Amino acid sequence: MKITVADLKRGQRGIIKEISAEILPLKLLEMGCLPGNEVELVQTAPFRDPLYLNINGSHLAIRKETATQIEIEILP
Amino acid sequence: MGKQINVALIGNPNTGKTSVFNQLTGLNQQVGNYPGITVEKKEGICKLPLGVKAHILDLPGTYSLNASSIDENVVIELLLNKNDKDYPDVAVVVSDIENLKRNLLLFTQIKDLEIPTILVINMADRMDRKGISLDIPALEKELKTKIALVSARKKTGIEDLKELIINYKKLSTEPCMNASSMDPDYFNRLRKAFPNQSLYKLWLVITQDVNFGNLNRKNIDKNQDFRTKDEGSLKRMQQKETILRYKFINDTLKKTLTVDANAAKGLRATLDNILTHKVWGYVIFFGILLLIFQAIYDWSSYPMDFIDASFVWLSENLKEVLPAGPFTSLIAEGIIPGLGGIVIFIPQIAFLFFFISILEESGYMSRVVFLMDRTMRRFGLSGKSVVPLVSGTACAIPAVMAARNIEDWKERLITILVVPFTTCSARLPVYLIIIALVIPERSFMGFNLQGLTLMLLYLLGFGMAIFSAWILHKLLKIRSKSYFVVEMPNYKLPMLKNVGYNVVEKTKSFVFGAGKIILAISIILWVLASYGPGEKFENAEEIVTTKFRDTFLPEQELQDKIAAYKLQHSYIGKVGQAIEPAVTPLGYDWKIGIAIVSSFAAREVFVGTLATIYSVGNDEEETIKQRMATETNETLGGPLFTFASGISLLLFYAFAMQCMSTLAIVKKETNTWKWPALQLVSMTLIAYFAALIAFQVLK
Repeated sequence: MKITVADLKRGQRGIIKEISAEILPLKLLEMGCLPGNEVELVQTAPFRDPLYLNINGSHLAIRKETATQIEIEILP
Repeated sequence: MGKQINVALIGNPNTGKTSVFNQLTGLNQQVGNYPGITVEKKEGICKLPLGVKAHILDLPGTYSLNASSIDENVVIELLLNKNDKDYPDVAVVVSDIENLKRNLLLFTQIKDLEIPTILVINMADRMDRKGISLDIPALEKELKTKIALVSARKKTGIEDLKELIINYKKLSTEPCMNASSMDPDYFNRLRKAFPNQSLYKLWLVITQDVNFGNLNRKNIDKNQDFRTKDEGSLKRMQQKETILRYKFINDTLKKTLTVDANAAKGLRATLDNILTHKVWGYVIFFGILLLIFQAIYDWSSYPMDFIDASFVWLSENLKEVLPAGPFTSLIAEGIIPGLGGIVIFIPQIAFLFFFISILEESGYMSRVVFLMDRTMRRFGLSGKSVVPLVSGTACAIPAVMAARNIEDWKERLITILVVPFTTCSARLPVYLIIIALVIPERSFMGFNLQGLTLMLLYLLGFGMAIFSAWILHKLLKIRSKSYFVVEMPNYKLPMLKNVGYNVVEKTKSFVFGAGKIILAISIILWVLASYGPGEKFENAEEIVTTKFRDTFLPEQELQDKIAAYKLQHSYIGKVGQAIEPAVTPLGYDWKIGIAIVSSFAAREVFVGTLATIYSVGNDEEETIKQRMATETNETLGGPLFTFASGISLLLFYAFAMQCMSTLAIVKKETNTWKWPALQLVSMTLIAYFAALIAFQVLK
């Protein structure tokens, strides 16, 4: 099973490993969602959707379906 | 007078670009639309030293030159079209010190277009607090640009920026990095095929869905020497480009920017913990909505009453001062009330936009989208649709304007189309009088039946808005971005100047945009009500006087009878009578027909028109109510206002698009008559059939 941003717990951080290039919008990359960058789950809305993230200093909210396309390695 | 310098302000959203614009132009600014589309065009004049003037164009905020909305298309179309009259002599890219890395992505793209470019680093006053230090000369060298450190809030650095603008010819037009290294082979072929064009411009033409003059994508694709690539490969190349740019930016900032991590964090985390909390977040949001609602419903009633009284006073005085005749009548009864009908909305619009700009400026609006997205998404609406829908309960006009804050066009359009279903305050007088007539004043399980009916009508309005949003979401085929990436900006104290400008600008756009249409329709309605065909209208006074010659009516009552007779035989009266066959199945007679037609000006006119027709003279609610209760139904016998016809009327007013001002503002906001026409037709049909079914079932 792939571990993605959608698996993060609140306050947990991870390193972006891979992004599904075909599916993800370019805008997300432009906001700094690139392999190697750190991502932190800041807050979730009810039903864990959308997710409020801090990616490398960029604060943004994305929907759960998008989050499952961003593969990460969870930091201890 | 010297030459005017064309300046384009470009930047990511939330960088304080508008604050910089306001500082540069002051009140010398105007807001219009780009031709044919609904994107706001903000421009202004800035006075530079030595008598030079600069024309400043505030372009829509964008994260990059890869456009994904009509707003962003505007930016690319301008920057790629040298023949555009607004084509910039110099581009000013506004960035924010805390998001410099992300902001520079757009900057490197603009540099690739070989336009002289100045980099503004805004919110410089935050640097110390956030532990940021910057090596400006080194950064200027790496980026091949000039930098102005600005704080729009503290009003520092603006003079430096003006100095740079005036000397724009000294700026470098060289790109600061080599983007074609993402695929050297591809770009070599491109260069060979089109030797006279800028490479990056060609690349944008290939990858972006925009129009610009003679150089379009078909011409490039047709060129035999150059083989382009399929869409998937192009998208991968765009991603490679982004990664490459970030690599350059990271390397550059590593050399020039240092952040003391200990100083960061703080307020943002604390506020987010509360404002986006699963429970408190919603409690606070609904509290704020309640406050907004209170302001436009209650607080604005004072200035509105004042405006109303002033216009009535003006109109009556004019009638006395000016010689009697059709001209005076046109001014006193057509134009003045028409103008009053425009001015009366100003308090509500100003209040609503005062709150909305504060929500936007403070960064709170993004949190609202975050909280509401999941609920609203199911109906094809945006998290931001909540504000228009709730303010629609006061008045649809500011609410439709508030939909401007929704970026996605489809979500915005749906919001605009469904807002008029919510129960606006103009429906209240109609609801109250009919409820008082047909709903018994009794308690049901401890609740007042009349109050319960009123609440049901509010719920019905909301329900219908949400339901039709869902239908429109399924029906409308509009290309819209299918993803959701929302920036959560830092919290900021709103700047009063920005809020003030926004309120003034929104009010102005209503008065001069929709106002013209409202005035025109009021004059038409006045003509229809003041003139009539044939002798009956002409000789109304004589006919009525003769008829009541023997009864010795008091003068006032006679005048009322004459007014009623005139209205019955005016053009609008003819229309009301002509539609009688259509409204009889709903349980109405021609008098209600006239009231419905004339209340197209505004719903509350319904009560006033009935007052005139029944010749009760004043529109005191009790008097009209008693008079209405005695009306009989000529076809069915019995009283006219029964439970069945009352419910039928309530439903008709709940659904019908009985407000020309709303239609005018929808025309203004969507830039076409197509959508208001659709609203008018479909809402009237829904209203008609709902009323029809209700009356036929209940009678």
